[in-house]
Amino acid sequence: SEGMESGFGSDFGSGGGGGGKLDPGLIMEQVKVQIAVANAQELLQRMTDKCFRKCIGKPGGSLDNSEQVRAGGATGNPRPPRSGRPLRLCVLQKCIAMCMDRYMDSWNTVSRAYNSRLQRERANM
Amino acid sequence: RGDRGGTPEGHRGGSGDVMDPPSGAGLGGADPQLQRFIEVETQKQRFQQLVHQMTELCWEKCMDKPGPKLDSRAETCFVNCVERFIDTSQFILNRLEQTQKSKSAFSESLSD
Repeated sequence: SEGMESGFGSDFGSGGGGGGKLDPGLIMEQVKVQIAVANAQELLQRMTDKCFRKCIGKPGGSLDNSEQVRAGGATGNPRPPRSGRPLRLCVLQKCIAMCMDRYMDSWNTVSRAYNSRLQRERANM
Repeated sequence: RGDRGGTPEGHRGGSGDVMDPPSGAGLGGADPQLQRFIEVETQKQRFQQLVHQMTELCWEKCMDKPGPKLDSRAETCFVNCVERFIDTSQFILNRLEQTQKSKSAFSESLSD
C-alpha cells in the first residue's frame, strides 16, 4: 500500500547504493518496527497519566490501599464490602480498565476525525 | 469559515502547518526508495504525534467520568475538539505569517 514493493526483501542489496551489506528493505522494516514501538510507548505513557488522574485519589501504600477518585474530584473510600473480600482493589482495577478502554476509544475517534479533516482539506485545494 | 490569510494550505512545505505535506529533500541521499520511505514515514509520524497530542488535550475537555462506553456527547465533543484545534493551529500560523510580512515588531502585534 506504500508502493515500496520493489527491493523489499526479495532483492537483497539491489535497492541500495551498492554492495550487499546494507539492505534498505531490512532497514526500512526495522525502522517501521521502531516507530510502532515508540508510538505504543507514547500511547501507554499518556494513557497511564490520564487514568491515574481519573482513578487514583489519595495514593496509599499499595493500589488496594489507595483511595478512589469520587465524582466531583473528592477522594474517599467506597462503602465497606459486606463480605471479607477487598472491594477497593476491584473497584480501582475496574476504573483503570474502563479508563483504558475509553482512552483507546477517544484515540480512535480523534484519529478518524483528524483523518477526515485532512481529506477534506485536500479535497478543497 | 475563518481567515485563511490568502496563503494556500499544504503548499508551503516545512513551515509547520498540520496540513503540510512533508519535504524529504536532503534526506535519504541518492536513493529514491529510501527518500520516499522517509517522506512517508515522517508524514505518518506527524499524524500520529498530533493524534496523541489532541487525544490528551481533548480528553481533558470532553471526558468527565469514564463509563462503559464512549457516549455520543463525548464523541461529538472529541470531533469538535479536533476541528477547533486544527482551526486554531491554522489561524495562529496564518496570523504569524501576516505579522511577519508586514514587518511590524512581534511585540507590537501582540497589543492588537
